[in-house]
Amino acid sequence: MLALVVAHLVVALVLPLLSARGHRPAFLVAAVLPAVTLVWALAHAGAALGPGVSESVAWAPTLGLELAFRLDALSLAMIVLVSGLGALILVYSAGYFGPTSEEATRSAALLLTFAGVMLGLVLADDLLTLYVFWELTSITSYLLVGQRGDKREGRRAALQALLVTVFGGLSMLLGFVLLGEAAGTYRISEIVAMGRAGEIGGGGMVSAALLLILVGAFTKSAQLPFHPWLPAAMVAPTPVSAYLHAASMVKAGVYLVGRLAPGFSDLAVWWVPIAVAGIGTMLVGGWRALAETDLKRVLAFGTVSQLGFLMVLFGAGGRISALAGVAMLLAHGLFKAPLFMAVGAIDHATGTRDLRQLSGLRHALPGLAAAAVLAAASMAGLPPMLGFLGKEAAFEAFLHEGGVRGWTIALGLLLGSVLTAAYSARFVWGAFGRKRGRDATPVHPPGRLLTVPVWLCALGGLATGLAFPVADALAGTYAAQYVPADAEAAEYHLALWHGLGLPLLFSAVAIGGGLGVHRLRRQVKRLSRRTPFDAQAGYENTVAGLERVAVVVTGRSQVGSLPAYLATILAVVVALIGPVTLLMGTWPAQPLYHQVAQVPLAVAVMVAALAVVRSRRRFTAVLLVGVIGYGVGGLFVVEGAPDLALAQFLVETLSLVAFVFVLRRLPAHFTGKPTRRRSQWAKAALATVGGVVVAGVAVVLSGARVGPASASDDFLALAPDGAGADNVIAAILVDFRALDTIGEIGVLFVAAAGVASLVLATRYDRRHSSGQGSPRHEEDVLG
Amino acid sequence: MNDDRPFDEWDRPTHGWMLPGTVREGHDRTLLLEVATRTLFPTMLVFSLYLLLVGHYSPGGGFSGGLVAGLAFVLRYTAGGSVGLGAVFAVRPPAIIGTGLAISVCTALVPLVLGVQVLTSAKLQVELPLIGVVSTQTSLLLDVGVYVLIVGVVLDLLRSLGSGIDRDMHDAGEVVG
Repeated sequence: MLALVVAHLVVALVLPLLSARGHRPAFLVAAVLPAVTLVWALAHAGAALGPGVSESVAWAPTLGLELAFRLDALSLAMIVLVSGLGALILVYSAGYFGPTSEEATRSAALLLTFAGVMLGLVLADDLLTLYVFWELTSITSYLLVGQRGDKREGRRAALQALLVTVFGGLSMLLGFVLLGEAAGTYRISEIVAMGRAGEIGGGGMVSAALLLILVGAFTKSAQLPFHPWLPAAMVAPTPVSAYLHAASMVKAGVYLVGRLAPGFSDLAVWWVPIAVAGIGTMLVGGWRALAETDLKRVLAFGTVSQLGFLMVLFGAGGRISALAGVAMLLAHGLFKAPLFMAVGAIDHATGTRDLRQLSGLRHALPGLAAAAVLAAASMAGLPPMLGFLGKEAAFEAFLHEGGVRGWTIALGLLLGSVLTAAYSARFVWGAFGRKRGRDATPVHPPGRLLTVPVWLCALGGLATGLAFPVADALAGTYAAQYVPADAEAAEYHLALWHGLGLPLLFSAVAIGGGLGVHRLRRQVKRLSRRTPFDAQAGYENTVAGLERVAVVVTGRSQVGSLPAYLATILAVVVALIGPVTLLMGTWPAQPLYHQVAQVPLAVAVMVAALAVVRSRRRFTAVLLVGVIGYGVGGLFVVEGAPDLALAQFLVETLSLVAFVFVLRRLPAHFTGKPTRRRSQWAKAALATVGGVVVAGVAVVLSGARVGPASASDDFLALAPDGAGADNVIAAILVDFRALDTIGEIGVLFVAAAGVASLVLATRYDRRHSSGQGSPRHEEDVLG
Repeated sequence: MNDDRPFDEWDRPTHGWMLPGTVREGHDRTLLLEVATRTLFPTMLVFSLYLLLVGHYSPGGGFSGGLVAGLAFVLRYTAGGSVGLGAVFAVRPPAIIGTGLAISVCTALVPLVLGVQVLTSAKLQVELPLIGVVSTQTSLLLDVGVYVLIVGVVLDLLRSLGSGIDRDMHDAGEVVG
C-alpha cells in the first residue's frame, strides 16, 4: 500500500516533464495510477470486507514510529471516491484545461500528488501516519486553490483554507497524542477495539483528546463555524473543486469521525458536539445555498450542508446510522462530483456560471442536462438513486431509536433534507431551466472529455442504487462494528423498498417541501439576506485580532532598550535560581583558597570589577575588563588547567584588540548626561543581587556533586588508547565530543559572517547613495 | 633608502623593507612596532603550528593555535594597516572560514564512507629513517579544520572591525588612528 502511495508521488514528480509535450497526455497519464489503485482495491474487496488487509513499515523503530496501513470496508468506500472519482476527474481535467493554460502543468502534478496523499490518509492505520497525510492534503489544497498566486482572491481563499485546516490539524495532533498515550498504542484499529471494549483508562484525558480531534475533523469537513473556507475555495478551477472540495478531501473529517466512532459513539463528549455541529451545518449550508447565484457556490454550500449530514450519520448513531453513513458517503461523491463537472462544462460552453444569465440550456445541452438531473435526483433523495437509499436509512436510524435524541435529530435531518431538495431543484432550474424574459444563452458545445465523466458518475449513482445489495455488503461490513440496539436494528439492510412507514413519509415530505420552498424562491432569497451572523466576518476578525495582539505583544516586549533587556534577564535568573538554591543547596565545606597565589589574583579581579563600574571612559572600562579576564586566566593556571588558561589568555587578547578597533568610532565617555539617581540605585541593586546569586550558585553547585565523576573517569581511562592523546582535554575536543566541536565551529562561522554583515552593511545604510545589496556592499561583505 | 651610495647596492632589499609594501602615511607609523612585527610574525606562525601539532599531548590544539596565528595577523595589521594584510593574504576571509569548516566536516564524514561510525578516528604510524617512529591521529585533521577556521574568523574580524571602520573614518574625514 505504501508502494502505491509512493508511486503516485513519484509519477507526479516526473509529470511536469510530460506536460511539456502537452497537457492532455499529462492528465491522461496521471489518471492511470488512480485507476490502477481502484482496480487493486476492488481486487482485494473480499479481504477488505473480511478481516482487512494490513501492512506496516518501520519508519523510525527506535522511536516506535511506523507507517501502518489497513484496507477495510470504510477505506474501500473512500478509495472508490478518492481513486475512482479521481481518475474520472483527471480525465475530465484533460478536457477542461486548454492547451495553452499555464495552470495545467502544476495542476496535473498537484492533483496526482493529492490523489496519492489522500490515498495514504484513507489507508492509514496509525494516528501519526494519518496526521502526516492529513496535513499534506491541506498543503496540496493550498497550492491548488492558490494557483499561480497572481490573483488576490485566490491567495486569500487558499490562505484561509490553509489556516483553518492547519489550525484544526494541530489541535487534532494534540488529541492524537493524548489518545495514543491513553490507549498505549497509536494503531487506529487497536484503539477503536479498545474503545469499544471500554478498556481505555484516563477518562478526562480521553474526553479532551476526542474534543481536540473533533476540532480537526470539523475544520477539515467545513463544519459550523469553520465552514466559510469551503465556499471561498471555489475560486479554484472546477476540476479541483470537484475533486478536493466535493468528492474527497473535505470528507477526510467525516472519514476520521467514521473511523473512530465505533469506539466512542456512546460517549456524550463525542456525539453531542457532532450532532449539534452537524445539524447546524446541514441547515445553515442548505439555507445559504438557496441565496447564491453562482452555480459553483450553490454546490459548495450544498457540500457544506451534506458534510453536516454525513457527520451526524457517522458520529451520532448506531448500526443503521452507520449503514446510512457509508451509503451517503458514496452517494455524495457520485452526485456532487458530476454536478461540479457539469458546472465546469457549462462554464466552458457559455462562459458564465451565473444562474441569472443562463437560460434554456436544457434544449441546447440535453445530454448534459439529463446527466445532471440524474445526479441532482440522487442529491434530493429520489428513488431509485443511491441518495434515496442513504436518506431512507438515515431517517430509519433515528426514528427507530426514538426518544428525545432520536426525534430531535430525525426532525433536524428532515428540515435539512427539505433544504437539500430545494437547492437541488434550484440548481437544476438555475442551470438548465428557461428564465422568463431572457433569451436562450448562446452555447459552444463541450467536448466528450467534459461530458462522459459526468455521465459515468451519474450512472454510477443510479447503478449502485439499483444494485443495492452491493452497497449493503460494503456498508454492512463497516456497520458490523456496532452492537445493534435490538433484533430489528440488527436485521435492517439497505433496500429500495421497506414498506410504508415513517421513513418513506419523511422522504416524501423532504422532496415535496423542497419543491415548495423552490416555488417560493423570491421570498426565500429576500429572507436569506437577513442573516444575523456571518462566519466569514468571524474568521477575518480572528485573523485581524491575532495580528493586533502580535503588534501589542511585540511592542511591549521589544522596547529597544538594552538596560531593560538586561534587567529582564537578570530578574528572571535571580527569581528562578535564587530561591531554589537557597532552599535546596548546601554551602560546601571548603577552604576559602587552596594556594596562596589565588589570593592576589582574586583581589586583582575584584578590584578591577569594582573599578569597571566606576569608570567613566570606555577605554578604561575595556582595559579593566581585560584585567578581569587575565586574572581569571591566572586562576586557571593556579588551579592546574593550562589548556583553559591558554585559551582564556588568547581570547582575552583578541577581544581587547576587537574592542579597541570598535572604540575608535565611539565617544570616549559613556554617557553625556548622568542618569537619574533612583534608576541608578535600582540598577545597582539588581546588578548586585544578580552577581551575588550567580556567584553563590556557582559555589553551591560546584560542591553539590555526590557521586563519583564517572564521565571524567572514563575520559581519563580512554584518552591514551582510545583517542591516542595524552592530553585528555584534546581527546574530549577532537574525539569524545568531536561532534560538539563541529557544532561550535559552525556557530563561529555564523558569528563571523554576522559580524561582517552587520558592520559592513550599516556602513551603507547610513549613506543615501547606495543601499544594501549594491555591488559595492556585496563586495565588502564577501571580502 | 638611498641608491647613490655603492655600499647600499649589495644588500639592497628586493622587497620593500616596511611591511605594507606601499607605506602608510608618515604620522601613522611606529617604527618600533614594525620592526618587532618583522621578527614576531613568522615566529608566532611557527609557534601556532607547534601548538596545533602538540595539542594531543600537552596544552594547545587547533583553537589555541588558530588564535595565536590570528593574533600574529592582528599584530601585522596594527603595524601595517589593512594594506599590510592584503599583502599576505589574497584569499577572502569567508573562503578561509569555509575551508576550515569543510575540512572538519569532511574529516567527520570520511569514516562513514569507510563503513564505520561518524567521527571515528584512527592512529597513523610511520617509521621514518633517522627520526624513528612518528605517529599521529586522524583526528588531527579535525583540529586542522578548526585552526584554519579560527584564522579565518580573526581575519574576518580585522576586515570588518579593522579596515571596515578604517575606511568609514577615512570617508567621514576623520583621522585614522
